[in-house]
Amino acid sequence: MSIAAKANALWEYANPRKFLATSERVLPFFWITSLACICVGLIWGFFFTPDDYKQGSTVKIIYLHVPAALMAINCWLMMLVTSLVWLVRRHHVSALAARAAAPIGIVMTMIALLTGAIWGQPMWGTWWAWDPRLTSFLILFLFYLGYVALWEAIEDPDTAADLTSVLCLVGSVFAILSRYAVNFWNQGLHQGASVMRAAAVTGADTEEKVSNVFFYPLLICIIGFVLLFIALVLYRTGTEIRARRIKALMARERVGG
Amino acid sequence: MIPDLGKYADSVLSSYAVSVGLLVVLVAYSVIRGRKMRRDMEKIEQRMSRNG
Repeated sequence: MSIAAKANALWEYANPRKFLATSERVLPFFWITSLACICVGLIWGFFFTPDDYKQGSTVKIIYLHVPAALMAINCWLMMLVTSLVWLVRRHHVSALAARAAAPIGIVMTMIALLTGAIWGQPMWGTWWAWDPRLTSFLILFLFYLGYVALWEAIEDPDTAADLTSVLCLVGSVFAILSRYAVNFWNQGLHQGASVMRAAAVTGADTEEKVSNVFFYPLLICIIGFVLLFIALVLYRTGTEIRARRIKALMARERVGG
Repeated sequence: MIPDLGKYADSVLSSYAVSVGLLVVLVAYSVIRGRKMRRDMEKIEQRMSRNG
């Protein structure tokens, strides 16, 4: 099958029935593997890794803070892609996938902010600082809330999908800022990237990098969070498709008398 | 069984409690709402097929 044919085959999933049938088939795999990865990663990290020489036992917070922060940013980027698909191709499933993902993004951002504050208090001596990365993360969290509120506030689903897609485009600036704020502004309390940095992995730079003893359980936690995100998006998109169909059927019943 | 977390025990344990709690609430809410929508849709589809 050529690449063009494969790309065209992808649009089949814009059909709600095809999407539901496929997601029902793959969901058990994602639920089980995400649970397994998160349990293994957290148990390994919590019980079987040493304390850090600088940060003591608070280093164990990394296994929740980093995966949650990664998912908070990437969830918005996934919403950006599906919103663009909606704006360009008008596939309802893509708009509903973005809607389904937003509450997951809220929870991930909350976890990142809360664990960051709890970690920051003993390390920096403060729960919060108006540091570039922390501030851009807080703004991202507010964008998530605004996105969900906009969906709830507008009765017509197509208009809601249009407006929330535009909001998603605007909010993408802060999603990207959340990731690269420490590179743009070399100030603030939050450290630079020390986990997902290609130059650190290849040994091309000499900056501080997370030690392998913490990195492997962290990697398993990150994989677990990614799999959980996929499971939740698939499941919740199915729920949104059904909710939309219920509305359509009830409207048809009312018209039919 | 729990490793010695020293003076940071409160910070570490509260981080885990908050995070795991939020994740459980998210999954539970998603599953409960998903099941309700599935039930409601089946009911309406059955009713509509009965009424022609």
